[in-house]
Order: sequence, then structure tokens, then C-alpha cells
Amino acid sequence: MLLIHCPYCEEMREEEEFSPAGQAHIERPLQPEDISDEQWAHYLFFRKNPRGLHHEMWLHAAGCRKYFNATRNTATYEIMETYKMGQAPRVTANEEGQS
Amino acid sequence: MSQVNRIAGSSKRINRNRTLTFSFNGKEYQGFEGDTVASALLANGVDVVGRSFKYSRPRGIITSDSQEPNAIFQVGSTQATTIPNPRATQTDLYQGLTASSTNGWPNVDFDLMGTVGKLGGSMMPPGFYYKTFMFPQSLWMSYEHLIRKGAGLGASPQQNDPDSYDKMHHHCDVMIVGGGPAGLAAALSAAQTGARVIISDEQNEFGGSLLCSTQSIDGQLPSQWVEKTVAQLSDMDNVMLLPRSTVFGYYDHNLVGINERRTDHLGEHQLQSTRQRVHKVRAKQVILATGAHERPLVYGNNDVPGCMLANAVSTYINRYDVVPGKQLVLMTTNDNAYKTAIDWHQTGRKVVAIVDTRAASNGDLVNKVKKLGIDIFFGHGVIEVKGSKRVKGVDVAPINATNHSVTGPAKHLACDTVASSGGWSPVIHLSSHTGSRPVWNEEIAGFVPGATVQQQHSCGGLEGIYALSNVLSNGFATGAIAAQAAGKGDGSYVGKAPKTSDPQEDASMALFHIPHSKKTSRAPKQFVDYQNDVTAAGIELANREGFESIEHVKRYTALGFGTDQGKLGNINGMAITAKSLGKTIPETGTTIFRPMYTPTTFGALAGADVKHLFDPARFSAMHKWHLEHGAEFEDVGQWKRPWYFPQPGETMQQSLERECLATRNSVGILDASTLGKIDIQGKDAREFLNRVYTNPWSKLGVGKCRYGVMCKEDGMVFDDGVTACLDENRFIMTTTTGGAAGVLQWLELWHQTEWPELEVYFSTVTDHWSTMTISGPNSRKVLEKICDVDVSSDNFKYMDWIEATVAGVKARVFRISFTGELSFEINVQANYGMQTWKAVMAAGEEFNITPYGTETMHILRAEKGFIIVGQDTDGSVTPQDLDMDWVVGKKKEFSFIGKRSWTRFDNKRDDRKQMVGLKPKDPTFVLPEGAQIVFEKNQSIPMKMVGHVTSSYYSACMGYSFALAVVKGGISRKGESVFLPLSDGTTVEAEICSPVFYDPKGDRQHV
Amino acid sequence: MQQYSGFGLLKHSLSYHENWQRVWSNPTPKKHYDVVIIGGGGHGLATAYYLAKEHGITNIAVIEKGYLGGGNTARNTTIVRSNYLWDEASHLYEHSLKLWEGLAQELNYNLMFSQRGVLNLGHTLQDMRDIERRVNANRLNGIDGEVLTTAQVQEMVPILDCSTNARYPVMGASWQARAGTARHDAVAWGFARAADALGVDLLQQTEVTGIRRKDGAVEGVETNRGFISAGKVACVAAGNSSVIAKMVGMELPLESHPLQAMVSEPLKPILDTVVMSNHVHGYVSQSDKGDLVIGAGIDGYTGYGQRGSFNVVEHTIAAIIEMFPIFSRVRLNRAWGGIVDTCPDACPIISKTHIKGLYFNCGWGTGGFKATPGAGHVFAHTIAKDEPHPLAKPFSIDRFSSGELIDEHGAAGVAH
Repeated sequence: MLLIHCPYCEEMREEEEFSPAGQAHIERPLQPEDISDEQWAHYLFFRKNPRGLHHEMWLHAAGCRKYFNATRNTATYEIMETYKMGQAPRVTANEEGQS
Repeated sequence: MSQVNRIAGSSKRINRNRTLTFSFNGKEYQGFEGDTVASALLANGVDVVGRSFKYSRPRGIITSDSQEPNAIFQVGSTQATTIPNPRATQTDLYQGLTASSTNGWPNVDFDLMGTVGKLGGSMMPPGFYYKTFMFPQSLWMSYEHLIRKGAGLGASPQQNDPDSYDKMHHHCDVMIVGGGPAGLAAALSAAQTGARVIISDEQNEFGGSLLCSTQSIDGQLPSQWVEKTVAQLSDMDNVMLLPRSTVFGYYDHNLVGINERRTDHLGEHQLQSTRQRVHKVRAKQVILATGAHERPLVYGNNDVPGCMLANAVSTYINRYDVVPGKQLVLMTTNDNAYKTAIDWHQTGRKVVAIVDTRAASNGDLVNKVKKLGIDIFFGHGVIEVKGSKRVKGVDVAPINATNHSVTGPAKHLACDTVASSGGWSPVIHLSSHTGSRPVWNEEIAGFVPGATVQQQHSCGGLEGIYALSNVLSNGFATGAIAAQAAGKGDGSYVGKAPKTSDPQEDASMALFHIPHSKKTSRAPKQFVDYQNDVTAAGIELANREGFESIEHVKRYTALGFGTDQGKLGNINGMAITAKSLGKTIPETGTTIFRPMYTPTTFGALAGADVKHLFDPARFSAMHKWHLEHGAEFEDVGQWKRPWYFPQPGETMQQSLERECLATRNSVGILDASTLGKIDIQGKDAREFLNRVYTNPWSKLGVGKCRYGVMCKEDGMVFDDGVTACLDENRFIMTTTTGGAAGVLQWLELWHQTEWPELEVYFSTVTDHWSTMTISGPNSRKVLEKICDVDVSSDNFKYMDWIEATVAGVKARVFRISFTGELSFEINVQANYGMQTWKAVMAAGEEFNITPYGTETMHILRAEKGFIIVGQDTDGSVTPQDLDMDWVVGKKKEFSFIGKRSWTRFDNKRDDRKQMVGLKPKDPTFVLPEGAQIVFEKNQSIPMKMVGHVTSSYYSACMGYSFALAVVKGGISRKGESVFLPLSDGTTVEAEICSPVFYDPKGDRQHV
Repeated sequence: MQQYSGFGLLKHSLSYHENWQRVWSNPTPKKHYDVVIIGGGGHGLATAYYLAKEHGITNIAVIEKGYLGGGNTARNTTIVRSNYLWDEASHLYEHSLKLWEGLAQELNYNLMFSQRGVLNLGHTLQDMRDIERRVNANRLNGIDGEVLTTAQVQEMVPILDCSTNARYPVMGASWQARAGTARHDAVAWGFARAADALGVDLLQQTEVTGIRRKDGAVEGVETNRGFISAGKVACVAAGNSSVIAKMVGMELPLESHPLQAMVSEPLKPILDTVVMSNHVHGYVSQSDKGDLVIGAGIDGYTGYGQRGSFNVVEHTIAAIIEMFPIFSRVRLNRAWGGIVDTCPDACPIISKTHIKGLYFNCGWGTGGFKATPGAGHVFAHTIAKDEPHPLAKPFSIDRFSSGELIDEHGAAGVAH
């Protein structure tokens, strides 16, 4: 069971306080009407789903109710960092390699 | 009654002043406080404690700990308190304990199935199920029925558990698992840095192997060192000691799950305390000091009662003053087990011989034994045991371990006990729980913990360190290092390590399986996993058949699937597989150990989250009134909502008709408090609503309300409700009862992750308000009596809201309607809910104001064709499908959520399922909700289904039955007939019509 | 292939079981195969078997990075049923169920397919509407099903708490009598043995590290044992599907999540059907060995660790006690996890791709085991004909662009 650092509360809290919210850094197309059905489907449904480093969103549901990002290894479940919405990750797959 | 095997020893671990009487398989026995059921049974000379699962062979106690595969009992005297499957070796004796074997019919001493096992055993190699019982196909269920009769160990209780359970959460610097010499040393060393330390041990007292050791520490008995150390730890405020507490799981990010057994040693259903408690510990650093388990050797008929682990024999002698036999033969691959022979000899009973598989040894213990005059057979093995319900003797023969053969004639030795030791296996289970792969250590012939991402340390036996002095110094060092890693101390132990002197030991032999003069396949059964009757021959057969991966061997033979999870047999099984495949053990690999380390009570895992706390119910402020007025309740989300209010003698249908007619003809009242309410503020609130709702919000004035529909980005409806403009930059949004939390999360998601530039804030206020809806032609008259504001139609229009005082309470009143009648929704601060409700009821008395529940609400809204999200929609329905294109903004600038998906191919089909009304041909027949719809009546199966009934009722107001449904292309099929083939075989006909049945022009709500 | 029977067992017992043949061989990889199947779980092995048996393609390799049937095939709760809601899904699962019904005889391997029936409990009015809707749809699709009242449920499972004191009282259930359980490992072994006998190479301990392509078509796979040329490559890697897809630069509409299951210690027979509750969030059956086999809901995060979080176990056990209060003193023996690849609509992908000769069968979420023979059967057809089997057609990856999703969220044993 994960122990997660909320970057807003600045505390380590139990996983039970959080809800995972899927892949991070997916941007909604600015002009949805201008893109193809395939592109729209890609935005809606297609995901990196990596084995290894994953940038993902979490909601501090039973805490500050803020969404934030985490970089987590999906194989070892290690959390490398958590960071606020709008920030870029410091740990990326290129640096760490895919485990 | 006599305890024939209890000697006049000096153990402090049992209290001879407290004799305890217990019963086993219906017979009474006596033991002492401090005994386990196993030690007490051995003291009483009980040999057969159970029957094996597959072959029904008589079985005795083998171990003294969590490895025990045979002594698995049913403990407890009532159907409410009985416990299936505890191990006798881990069950503390208490006065009046009642235990019985879990297998054996009619009893364990005379078991009919044993005869079947003897006759049929040869036809039951591993995998035999897969090879037979296939023909004819129709008979498998009958075969299975018979097979299932033999299933299981103990029996489930038949009555509810009278005990309670709870949980505690802890944080600490260093969590130490295991209170043996390594763990205690680590605890002392870590605690002296000031670190917060928790140490747990599965046994009833701390000390681990020291509780049965005879090796002195600082010139004292080991138990004295334990007492002193435990006393020292107990005196420290920063240390928490948890005896009788098994770490069952080691989870990610250093979460340790511990089950503390608080009352099981005292008796059944003790009222003074919860029975068991799960501690969930988040530790900065974890030290695993779980020690090592002795391995038995695998030899012919090694399951006959009287065959035991060497260390278990020593434990019974030294800890419990119980000698489990009269004449011992010890078989060993190492010096260490010679202790057992010495212990036995010192009780005055006979050690017949030591059978050492090695060519020679000159270790201290061996030389000591030689001096005692005990026979030693070097280079020999016990190849076969004679006896059935108790060992009668053994065949001992010279062996060649390298080519796995017997090299000379066997000699028979009479004895009643065989102790064996194949060396020790570190207890790596917990270290594997978080995905770490153990690695093979050739030197100790065992697996040790591998690399891990956890903040984890291991010490002592777990690391393959066995000599006591090394164990202690390793424990002290590890404690200090772990404390330092947690930010306490400098990583070095300042105290003085106690003095011990370890006997010099010669190298042990890596031998697991003793050869027999016959091939393994023809030799007497050589058991590897006792509980599942897995034999060496079975493993070799699996290998021959192509099951070569250790996981395949495990699954094909059931090796390690028992309740001891392979503690006793796994390494031996791997070694036999490796030998038979010509590989090394590390090449063969190990299976993955998983939680639970030892089986853990369901009740403890659930803790207090049972019964009404399983999922706490939510109630409105008026709940007590509803109870007093006989309401039946419906579960909606977590809420208990009044479903209907039956009067004495009424059927449900009669209640509904009364409630509906009262509302349509005079006035009804509904508790609507459970609807979700979200307060939305900020200068961009309006723009935000534009983006999340399908309809426009730019022009909604202060004091006005509007109905809105929300879609997911896939274009499907997921919530709806009325939102009111409270102020230019402030709105109150209503959601469905079940959807409230999800909607708030949804709004936050979009705001925080996509549109942080919008200034808008959300706050859930559902619980702040009590909401009562009065509905019906007389509702205004009721409200007028108790409201300080003019609520006439000129002053208070449909879809307006006002602030007013209702019955002396400040209120927001919304003129909105879900029934199609003139309606007012009165919202007051929740604290005033009950008071206001009662005042409204009093004001309405002259109009026979009638409380109604969710069912009447559903009928009345369906008569108007109003949808209920989740009942009339299912996640595949768009607003257009609902014929609600009017709720879709056509001129909104921003491409609101869901819009883009409506232009996909599938959304443009003209045969999508669309919301319509249905009128059954028989106006008294209520279509079942969920009935499927077809266009063609006479079809064969499979039929072409074109929709289904989503809501269906009898309308007392209209005098006929009606339904809402989705039908393919239904909007353009009004007037056509459809058919509903029902589950009783009949087919009924209905006509597609508008979903608005009642007051289609909407006059009534506008009056 | 050596024929198995009770008589055979008797015969072999006289020779001390020394002469049983290998169930499958351990071949060295050939240079070229007509079809390479990535993933030696139940689905991959079934695909190979049906390709060989029904389409005459026998130059096939099944490449498995670990051991056969070691992924989700070995980790599920063994439930087989076909009472799904939508036509597309229920036809596919029913196709599979029909294959299950004769599979032990066909494979000459006892899969212990036990049609002991499955109850899906309803605890709210909406649950009961959904049950009614699903059972009606099943019946009109030719799939057996019944709606049971609370009293009928109580009679069938006397130990289930059907009282009104329950937090969410049982209001009824759907019942599929032909549903049940099977011995999960045996399914992989039975298919493997039969495929091997038809000439399929089963390459264990062989890991695919890349997929070689030329001009938009597959050429073969790179493995830890060298390059293996292939006419067609079929990916049946379940939780690892996205990892394989990445090798050709593809993303899939999948998320891989831990899904946990657990067993109690063995008990004397006490529960002889499968009981599932979506609302209370747990399901349970009792194996022929006596263990209570319990399934949890999925963990919400992406995870390839074959383990999930402890709180899910705690909640699941609380749910089991809520349903069966008498199990409170029973003890949990073992808990483990698999990696399930979930699709947004809780339905699988059985599909060609934009790369010629590359096929995917994935996205089964919690429903994969029960579909094993059916999925293998329709996937084999899709590969052999390079055209979807009619039953597989609705499960094309194109549905995510066209919007033709088949929303089966309500049909999963436990909502996810």
C-alpha cells in the first residue's frame, strides 16, 4: 500500500486518502472540432500505460481535494516525486531508463 | 490422568502450579499453563493427531512452530466460537479447550478412508484428476460431488462470530519483525538512539530460539538474558513490544501488517477485549529478524508419527519438559542437530543412534556426543521408517549422496522417534512480499533476501548467520544502522555485546532427499509436503511429464499450497526438482511467497468495518420523523431514503396510489435533502458551467434556476440537476443523490487540470441543508401560511428562487418541479430541518398534506417524462437519444465537454436507442422494468432486441399503466407497436408514444 | 498424444507411473514460423490450438517469457459464465461457454469444469432493474438465466445473510445455472498439450524484446534466443500488451492494473455455487480443495507488480463478512495479484492493426479466464483469415474512433 507525499499539504499520507486519476499531462485539444475522430479517440482513450516510470495524476480526495502529479515506477511501485499541477516532472524515463 | 512424556525438568516456560484440562477428539487430557496444544498432546503420549488429505495416512506432530503441516485442528466448543484449522503448535492451551482432528472417519485412529488410500493410493499420482473422470461429460458433476466430500480441513462456524476486532495505526522509526536473539539485539541497539521502535513476535513471549536454547549468554541461561533485555525495552518510552503478534504481510512503502491475538490464549469469547487487533505500521526502516526454519530430510515413510524435526524435539524437551518418545534415532546433515541428541540423552531416555549423512565430523558437539557413548553412523541415512501409527524402527544404510544411491545393506534399528535435520532455511517469506526475489546462498544452502526497493534490513538467521554470538552482534549492528537510516544515532552500537561461546562446527552437507535401495518411484512414500501428500516420486513424475518450472511443479503437485505455505517442504521440493532435471537449485528458482505469512482471521482483517459500519449509512435530519411515520426505506448511494409511507393495512401499491393522488389533487411532501448540492463561486463560475453543462448559462439571471445536463467527454449523460444563480458570481448546483461526490470530483478535475485560469471555487454543501419539497395544487396555500414573502404566481415565478423565512427559519425556496405540479423546494439549514418539516406538516394538515417517498416521486416524474440518470440512462445515452436536444446549447463558443463525441460515426446512426413512452395494450398490466423490446413478435432465439423498459408504473392519476423505454429509432416510431417477450414465456404488446403522459403542455407547474 | 483415462491410470500404476509421456516438448526455436504468438497463457495457447486444429496452420510458435499459463491464467478466481449484458459481449462469452462444455473431452484433459451456477446478487432497486434487464437479454439471446427472489436465493445459499438487518439487504439475484468454475492451470496445460501434439512449438523462458517490421508489415520477433522470423505475429500478452505495443510505437486504449484475489484455508464443503455481489464488492466460491476463493475489485493505479494494496484486501474481506457473517473466524491463507489490462468500455480488443500481420487480443480486464476457449477460437480465425471472426468484429480497435463502444461495466464481477 502506497505512502504518498501530497505536494500541496506537504505531508506523507496513506494511499487511502487518495484516488488515482490516470495518466498525467494529457492536454485537451484546444479545437476538438478541428481534429479527426482518430485523434479525438487517442485523446479520450489511448494511454502510454508503461511498465516503468509513469507520470500520473492523483487526487487527494480525503485531504485537500487537490489533483497533483506523481512520477512512479509501475513495476516497483516506487514514487520518485510528486509535483503540482502545471509543473513538469524532474524525473523522466530518459534519465532513469525504463525498468 | 498421566502425562507420560512430561519429565521433571526445570523449564520456566510452563507453570506446573496451574494444571489445565482440555479435550482432544472427545478425550480429556491435562497440561500446564504455558503449554501449546501440541506440547500438551505430546506430553500425554498422543501419537496420531490427524489423517492426511489424499492418502488418509495417520499423522503426528512434526514441528513446534508455524511450519506444522499435520496438527491442524478444529478448536472451540460452540458453532459460534469454533475456529477452523489453527495449528496445535501455535495454539496456547487454556482451561477447557476443546479440539478435534479435522480429518479421519470415523476417527483418526481407525480411519476407513485410510484403507481406500492404501488401495487406491497407487492410482493417485499428482495430476491424476486431470487424467480421468472425463467420461461421460455429463457425469463430472457427480464425480465432483464425491470428490468434494473429501475436501477441506476444518469446518466453518455455523453461527455468527460473537467477538469483535479492531485496528491500530502506527508510525515508527524502526519496526523489528521477530523477537529472537537478532531482533531483541536490534531493538535494544535501535532504541538506545532514541528511535521509536516497535518489535513484534508471533510467539506468546519474546526470545525466539533462546526459549529452548541451552547455550549460555554472559554466563547466564539464555532465558535470563531475554528477560533482562525485554525488561530493558519495556522500560523505554520509545519502544512498543507486541508479543503474540504475527507480521502477516510486508507491503509497499514499508507498511507492516501485524495481527495481535489478544484473547485466544485465554479461552473462547473473552469479553474484556477485542479478540484480535490488526496493527498497521508505517515504518521508516524495517528490520526483518525472522530467523530460520529447520528443514526435515526426505526419506521413506517419513510421515509415520514419531518422525519429527530435530529442533522441534529439542524445543519440546527444553521448553516444555516433554520428551516426545522413548528411543531416538537422529538423522542429520550437520553438527547443529547433535544438540538434540544431547538434550534427549540428558533426559535419561535412550538415544539409539545418530545417523550422519556426512563421512565424518570433528565438531565440538559431535565430539561431545562421542564422549557420551552414543552410536554414530557416518555416511549413512535412514532410508525407511517402519511402523504405521507410531515409528517402530528404522532401516539405516550407507549412502552415496553424489549419485543418490544406497551403497550397502540396511541395518534395522528399533526406535520410536526419528528426528531429522537437513540444515536451516532462512525465513524469507516477508522479504518476498514486496516483489523482491530471494537469492541462493551456496554456503548455507539456503535462500536469503534479495535486492529490494524497500527501506529494509535483515539480520541474524534470515541472513544465514546461525552462530549465536554472530547473531547477536549482527543484531546490534543492524539495529544501529537502521536507526541511523531513520535519522537517529550515528550507526554504531555503543553498548557491550554479551559474551557467548559457540561450539566449533564442521561443514554441513547440502542434502535434502535420502536415497532408498529402490528407485524413488518404487520406494516407500517419501513425503515432501505432508499436508498435500506430495512425495519425492510425485515431484519426479511431474518433472518427467514436462512440468519443469518450479511454478509448474508447485501447481501440478500442490507442493507448497497447504496452510503452511511450503514452509516445511518447499526447499526440499526445489532440490528434488533440481536433482531430477540436472540443474542447480538457483537455476530451478523459487516460487514467490505471498501474504499471509500465517493464516489471518477474516474478522481481524475487516476490523470494525462490519455490520452497520461496513459502509456507514447517511440519514437526513428528518430521518427520525420518517421512522416514526412508518416509512419503508430505499438505499440510494449511502443514504437511507424513505421509499414509501405505508399506512396500517396498506399494500405498497395502495400506498403509492394514495401518495400520488394526494400530491396531484392536493399536496404532498418529499424529503429531498439527499440530492447533492455544490456551492460554486468565482468570477468565472458562469463560464465554467458553460463548459461542463451541455446548455448555456451566460444569461441566467440572479434569482433564476435552470435545469442542466452533464456529459462525460464521450458524449454520454452522467448527471443532471437544477442549478440556481445566487449572485452574479455564485451558483448552487444540484446533483443526483448517488452522483454528488463524483460530480464534485469531476468539476475539480476540469478546473484544476485543464482550466486553472478560470477563477472558480467549489464546495460541497449537501449536508448543510435540509430540503423538503411540497408539491401539488395546494402547495402554495401551505407555503403562504408559514412564509414571510409573497409567493403568488406574479411575485414568485416558475424556475425562480427566493430568500424567505419559512416557519421562522431562514430559507431558500426554489420554485422548481420534478412532479409537474406546482412545487416549492424549501431549503433550510440542516439543524432546522426537523423543526421546519414539522411546521410544514402542521400548516398542511388542513390540506391533508401527505408525505411521499422515492417511489411516488419516480411515478410522478415518469408521468411527466422526466428522466432519472442511472435508471433511464446507462452510460451509453446522449442528450439527443433522450430527445432532449433542447438542453444542448447550439451557440456556445466553447466546445463543451461531450460535444465533440456527438459527431462520431456511431452517434450519427439513426437507429440509436432513443427515449420514448410505452403504453401497454392491456392498460392494467405494468411492464416489468428491464423487459426487452422487439419489433417482430415471432422470432426464434436469438431475437433481435431493439431496446428495453427503463421505468414502468401504474398511474393512479391517469388510470392506466405506462412506461419509459429506449427503442432503436424510437422517436420516429411513435404510434407503432412493439413486443415484450417476458421471462414467464408470455409476450405483451405496447405502443410507442411520447414519454410525456401527463399534462403535456406543462400548465400545472406554471399556475 | 498419450490418451488419458481411468484405465490408463490403473495400467501406469502397475509400472509405478514411470512411463508417462511428456505433456509437451521443449523445442529449440526454428528460424521461421508462419505464426508467432506472443504470450503462453490460456488465450495464447488456445489460439495456437485452434489455428492448428481448425485452420491447418501448424508451423506456430507460442513464445512465453516465463512458464506456460503463469500470468493471469494462474491468478484468477476461475469463474466461467456468459451472462453479459450487451449482445456483442454475451454472444462472445456464450460462444466460449459452449466450447467449455465439451472441452475436457476434446482436449482429453479434465479441466474440472464445474457447472455449479453463478449468482449475481442485487442489493438495490436499480440492481434489480439491471438484473432483470440483463437476464431478459440473455434469455432472448439463448443464454440461460433466471431472476431469483430473496427467498429463492436464501434457499440456494442458506449461509448467505439475506436478512433485512444487512447493511445492503439482498433483494434478489440473477442465476446462471450453466456457469461455474474450472481448474485454471489445467486449462493452460490441456491446451498446451493438445497444441504440442498438433506440432506447435511451445517456447518457454523466451522473451520477446522487439518486433521487426518492413514496409508496414511484420517480419518477425527479436527474442533473448535470437531473431525468429514470422509471417504473422499475434500478441496475447494480457497485462503486458501495452509493453509489446510500444515495440512498434503503438499505444492502446488500455490501462494495466493490479487485480487481487485470495483464498482462505481449506474448509469442509459449505458453499456450492459462485456468489458475486457488485454492490457489496466481493465474490466468492469454494474450490474442490475446500478453499474459499475470493476476488477483489481492481486497484485504481497502474501496476505491473502482480501485487496490489492491502486496503483492497481489507475491504474485500469486510465485504465477504457482510455477505457471510459466519466466515468471520475463518482465516485467510494467501492473497496475490495479477495484472489486468482494462479497456474504457470493459470489453476486450480482438483486432487487426494498421501493421500488416500484427494482431492483438487484449483488454479483457476481469473477464479473460472465462473467455479462454472462445477468445482463442475467434482470434485464431481472425489471424488465419486476416479478417475478423463475425463474433470478434465488434471488438475491433476501431470502435474507439467510431464510438461503437460496448459498455459492459455493469457486467464485471466487481465494478471497476
